[in-house]
Amino acid sequence: MFRYTKFTAIREVLVWVVTLIGLLPLYILVVTSLKSDKEALTSSAVAPPTSIDFSAFVTVLTATGRNSIPVSILNSVIITGGAILGLVLFGSVAAYVIARRTRKWTTITYYLVLVAIVLPAQLGTVPLYIGARSIGLTGNAFGMIVLWIGILMPLSVFLYASFFRGLSTEYEEAAVIDGASPVQAFFRVVLPLMAPATGTVAILAGLIVWNDFFNSLIFLGGSTTQTLPVAMYTYVGGLVSAWNKIFAVVIISMIPILLFYMFAQKRFIQGFAGGLKG
Amino acid sequence: MPPIRLTNVSFRHKGAIVGEPALDATERNDEEVREQMTVTIEKDTTRTLTVPPKARRTSQRPVRGKPLISYGRWWWALPAILLVLGVQYAATLTGGFFAFTNWTGLGSFQITGFDNFAKIFADPQLLGAVWNTLFLAFGSVIITNVLGLLFALAINRTLKTRYILRTLLFMPVVLSPLAVAYVWKFIFQFNGPLNGFLGAIGLESLQKTWLADPTWSIWAILITVVWQQAGFTMVIYLAGLASVPIEVEEAAALDGAGVVGRFWNVVVPAIRPSIAIATTLGLIQGLRIFDQILALTGGGPAGATETLATEVYKNAFSLGQFGFGSALALVLTIIILAFAILQQYVTRDREVGKVS
Repeated sequence: MFRYTKFTAIREVLVWVVTLIGLLPLYILVVTSLKSDKEALTSSAVAPPTSIDFSAFVTVLTATGRNSIPVSILNSVIITGGAILGLVLFGSVAAYVIARRTRKWTTITYYLVLVAIVLPAQLGTVPLYIGARSIGLTGNAFGMIVLWIGILMPLSVFLYASFFRGLSTEYEEAAVIDGASPVQAFFRVVLPLMAPATGTVAILAGLIVWNDFFNSLIFLGGSTTQTLPVAMYTYVGGLVSAWNKIFAVVIISMIPILLFYMFAQKRFIQGFAGGLKG
Repeated sequence: MPPIRLTNVSFRHKGAIVGEPALDATERNDEEVREQMTVTIEKDTTRTLTVPPKARRTSQRPVRGKPLISYGRWWWALPAILLVLGVQYAATLTGGFFAFTNWTGLGSFQITGFDNFAKIFADPQLLGAVWNTLFLAFGSVIITNVLGLLFALAINRTLKTRYILRTLLFMPVVLSPLAVAYVWKFIFQFNGPLNGFLGAIGLESLQKTWLADPTWSIWAILITVVWQQAGFTMVIYLAGLASVPIEVEEAAALDGAGVVGRFWNVVVPAIRPSIAIATTLGLIQGLRIFDQILALTGGGPAGATETLATEVYKNAFSLGQFGFGSALALVLTIIILAFAILQQYVTRDREVGKVS
């Protein structure tokens, strides 16, 4: 019935044309970043560079001081990695207890988590900032990690809990009957079976934390610790129309995410389509 | 008809065996048990027995009760619970309280009742910000959903390169909104590619400084947001379209339903949950747009592109008006919650309409 006909071929070509036009901004981004300072200002935006010039990348990566891009990359990696680690560790054990035990408090906790997912974050930002500032959690990576674990914990618990509910209890029961302690049963039997859930949590949380601008701007504001988006914002603010350098920073910020995306695009897309439904 | 003796019977509740009859009811001659459990069963049919509530808990319950093992330790949930209570609940409630004060973040403060809100709704600039917030949210939801659904329908099933297309079209979603905004800032420059293109096709009269134009700057932000989000709705719709039974679509086609008829009568009912998810998430995200505005216009020209999110940031963190900023955040929160609840209500209503 729905065979591949001449019209399907025409449709395929049309979709490709639209897609390529739609991705034109990314093409402009790449070619402009590879132009020299002079060429970036004078040549047409869609024209490829006459000679490939990496000087914009070199300038950007060697800039020192508060907005040093390499340092901000390191900060972003530490904060994103720390947040993912905390969300996987604390989220999975909490979800396990909540999903497996059938007590009143576990049900209440589960609803507490569900409501927190819907709760908009804006209203809490000011008190959080004041609270974090008073106990020294602003302006450093550790505070940022704690903050992110708190902000994204409902998502992590919710995702893990729904995966645990779909997993038979026989695995850990067999492990415990064979003499494993609860800790061993969880970390050596249950958690390895939860790899898809861990992947979804890591991808969603990793993307949110890595790409975040608003929270980093507020909680790291004015300090020497800057994440990549904030460093990009301040750095770009000082570059008037030096688009080859601006785009070099932009590309540097995109590369890690795009590398992950290329290798795990199916999991990314499934994570977004399935994970955010709750 | 004589009573049929039931053998090999078990009582199930939600699929799990909750009990077995202790003895054959007819043989035990137990008046009460027989009354509840004697049923007439025609041959070669399967019946679901509804056990009267009184009888449900009579037999022993081998499954419910003490679980086989302890499943971790209860305190494993403690760090997560404390973080959620602190970062989400305590912070939000405190923010709600600050909204009714004039606190500046230092020293003492007074509770000023609804003064902050009166100030918000008397300020044309802030009312404009509310309007912009709604414009960006609804504009982006409508356009991304139409585009996402069109792309999903276009690449669904038959295309040979649909997986590559899906990967390419989803790519903008994973990028940082701030980085994407810088790319579009270049495109919207006065001597940028957009005006260059308009000049090349002889439409010089349409050239303008897009990001400094009071009317068009908000549209530039909308385009930036839509470009990044359309792939997200597409993926949700692709997941929804995968649930459309191909047999039903084929049957409808054989019965003479055209493309449009098939879309409205077969596809749309099947993807209704996807529509609900895509619009709800899009609306919540759209109401919170912040990064793109700061990168593209900074709220300008002359406040023409301020939203509630940028006003919260400016009042609370640039001007130190924590009380007033919290009041703005409370307005934004109420708008978000109102639309999220309304959305749920509308979608549920449709589900009921579908059944009847």
